[in-house]
Amino acid sequence: MNNLYHEHILANGLKVMLKEISTAPIVSSWIWYRIGSKDEPSGHTGISHWVEHMQFKGTPRYPASVLDKAISRDGGMWNAFTYLDWTTYFETMPSDKIDLALRLEADRMVNSTYASQEVASERTVVISEREGSENEPLFLLGEAMQQAAFRIHPYHHEILGDLADLKSIRRDDLYQHYKTYYQPNNAVLSIAGDFKSRAMLKRIRELFEKIPSGSPPPRLARPEPSVRGEHRLTVEGPGETTYLQISYHTPASSHPDFFPLTVLDSLLAGPSSLNMFGGGGISNKTSRLYRALIEKELAVSVNGSLSVTADPFLYTLTLTVHPRHTSEELLSAFDDEVKRIQDEPAPQQEITRAIKQARALFAYGSENITNQAFWLGHAEMFASYEWFLTYLEKLAGVTPADLQKAAQDYLRPQNRLVGTYHPTNTREAA
Amino acid sequence: MSPKQKPSRKALPSGLPGPDDTVRTVLPNGITVLARANFNSPSVVIGGYLQAGSLFDPDEKLGLADFTALALMRGTERRSVQQIFDALESAGANLSFSAGAHTTGFTGRSLSEDLTLLLSTLAEALRQPTFPAEQVEKLRAQLLTGLSIRAQDTADMASLTFDQILFLGHPYARPEDGWPETIQAIHRKDLVAFHRRHYGARSMIVAVAGAIEPQQAVEEVQKALGDWQNPDQPEPPALPPLNPLKQTTVRKVKIPDKSQSDIVIGTNGPFRKDPEFMPASLGNSILGQFGMSGRIGNVVREKSGLAYYAYSSLSAGIGPGSWEVSSGVNPGNVKKATDLICKEIARFIKKGVSEDELADSQSNFIGRLPLSLESNAGVVNAMLSIERFDLGLDYYRRYPDLVRSVTTEQVVLTARKYFNPDLLAIATAGP
Repeated sequence: MNNLYHEHILANGLKVMLKEISTAPIVSSWIWYRIGSKDEPSGHTGISHWVEHMQFKGTPRYPASVLDKAISRDGGMWNAFTYLDWTTYFETMPSDKIDLALRLEADRMVNSTYASQEVASERTVVISEREGSENEPLFLLGEAMQQAAFRIHPYHHEILGDLADLKSIRRDDLYQHYKTYYQPNNAVLSIAGDFKSRAMLKRIRELFEKIPSGSPPPRLARPEPSVRGEHRLTVEGPGETTYLQISYHTPASSHPDFFPLTVLDSLLAGPSSLNMFGGGGISNKTSRLYRALIEKELAVSVNGSLSVTADPFLYTLTLTVHPRHTSEELLSAFDDEVKRIQDEPAPQQEITRAIKQARALFAYGSENITNQAFWLGHAEMFASYEWFLTYLEKLAGVTPADLQKAAQDYLRPQNRLVGTYHPTNTREAA
Repeated sequence: MSPKQKPSRKALPSGLPGPDDTVRTVLPNGITVLARANFNSPSVVIGGYLQAGSLFDPDEKLGLADFTALALMRGTERRSVQQIFDALESAGANLSFSAGAHTTGFTGRSLSEDLTLLLSTLAEALRQPTFPAEQVEKLRAQLLTGLSIRAQDTADMASLTFDQILFLGHPYARPEDGWPETIQAIHRKDLVAFHRRHYGARSMIVAVAGAIEPQQAVEEVQKALGDWQNPDQPEPPALPPLNPLKQTTVRKVKIPDKSQSDIVIGTNGPFRKDPEFMPASLGNSILGQFGMSGRIGNVVREKSGLAYYAYSSLSAGIGPGSWEVSSGVNPGNVKKATDLICKEIARFIKKGVSEDELADSQSNFIGRLPLSLESNAGVVNAMLSIERFDLGLDYYRRYPDLVRSVTTEQVVLTARKYFNPDLLAIATAGP
């Protein structure tokens, strides 16, 4: 992977990140807005995600029916995502067709219509999206964990929003949210692929620079106070399978401790891929928790997730409890394994192995231009692109002592929540 | 080194695979090797299959082929499960197996420096598995947990029930991962016997794409698997004829306390090798794929706001395929959504498609090709399709012409051949 890229800030504050990659005749363009569920006050939860949906409902120049077809006709792939910290829209197109994506994004940064009948039909679509998620036991448990983990900080609520708010948010609320946060000075445009940066920048200036900047959007600054002791919760619902989640409060991804925590996750639960597109993962059968919990048949699966976020969030381990054991037995064996990594420094060899795994996952992700354009902008949402470029280097710098300290500092019972999903269709072993 | 062996930098501007940059070799023991280079990233992907699918499973031991595939790396004559995975995972490599109806497939990836490790692990798992009893029981518990999760998944259960209606009396009605009672009925000796009889090099395919010269990839496969023989390997069983639906058949699976129901509505589709495949594929795009999921998406999601997802899909393979519409809706809206979908299917058959609609989907199929072939995994899948369905090494070069040659008339005739609004399979799963 080459590390050359160009960075520009237009007169209206729009940050442009460009990376030339000539491996395939493809360009991927992403527009990022610094607005996610963490800026939603109660009463308006889920509004950022709903606005993302409304952005596909058209402008006077590109009505929904036109917008809908234009990208697909050119063989493009497009979509959008709303997260805790950001909302993003992307198009990956044959390189000679990317101008359409740029025109479209410049247009819908300011001209989306938000027609009342579209708001009405999309209300039931976002409710349906939530209902589909509620079918999943791990969504129900994850939502309860998030709510318990954050009493003050707006990471408290699910990105999809609460049903009460999805029923009551009005058209003008959505439009106001759009107008407040969709501003060039609150956005990053990241483009990677088969183009020449100079010509690309010129075209971006023509399309985007005339959009006036706005006043800095309001932020909900409600940091979570430090936690004082372990929280435990249970969720009950349909199913035959018991799940156990353990979430530890962790610092923001820009914090230096994020890197020892990444290596720690790799040792405990196996390497996690940073790739949003392409690449695939690596199995975790030789990770410490797999050997201690799955090989010993206390659990049937384990997965670790250290989310990449702008503010302090959570490191979550999700375990599927073995039908012959209880979640309490599993938790006790889990705690033994955590204690081991806190008490004894990990061998350097185990860390070296984690670095090689991360390097392989990086190589897999670099096959994919959409994935590269994603990271070019995504890293700007919580740190900077340098964070991504130096990621492997920072992991390689983690020492056994760093790792042990991170385990001691963060994997404390006082710093965690433990949640169990109890299925109502069966019972745990006695 | 001939120019043919350094393709990726000299390929056509489109970068589409073709006979000049894809190597295809049949080894003396019957393994077909396909390879194409891509030096853009220091990684490789392998994929392939052998003729050992769930068609060989007895009804009472359904899931045997899949269980066998998943147990291959749980211990071999040379190494324990921990040793096998320690080597793979330490290299950041991945290898996995699973069974379909016709074949047992594998897929793996690694840094190109570790291709030898990947291929030697593949060979060891295929040729020398020991199925340690303790590991078999651990795996069984994992499979059973997977099946109890499946039983609670509205989309999985609607899809499984749809296949049971559509393929009544045909092996395609059976889920490849079996049922709890059939997984319980499988003994270690069944795995050993299935492996001994059905695993072999004859008609096996291995495809390699990535940062390696194709000829070298062929040599690596030859080294790992070139001397593998199994004279007892049987011919794949013939598929029985399909029993066509005699009337629209509706079946509901009750899964209590769920907040959403899933619906699958459809009919049979063409074989992949049928000439109707391309017209059906384009018709399917218009019906429920193009843009935000075609006409179905427009009616069910955009206009009615009934669902977050509503789309159609065409599954075409070695045998008869299926052509279906899927959607997830509030349990109170199942009837409304079903009626809308059936109405849209009826309109599709009666009125056909417009020239503009067809042109849009043709343009989409051609335009998206470079994107689907951008990664090593995409190229491996393309090479495997070429081989499985005899498409020819020049298929992706001919593809734009194949797509453009389809007419609106062919689309409507194909739709009418398969879809009859009075003969639909309708499956729902929910509370």
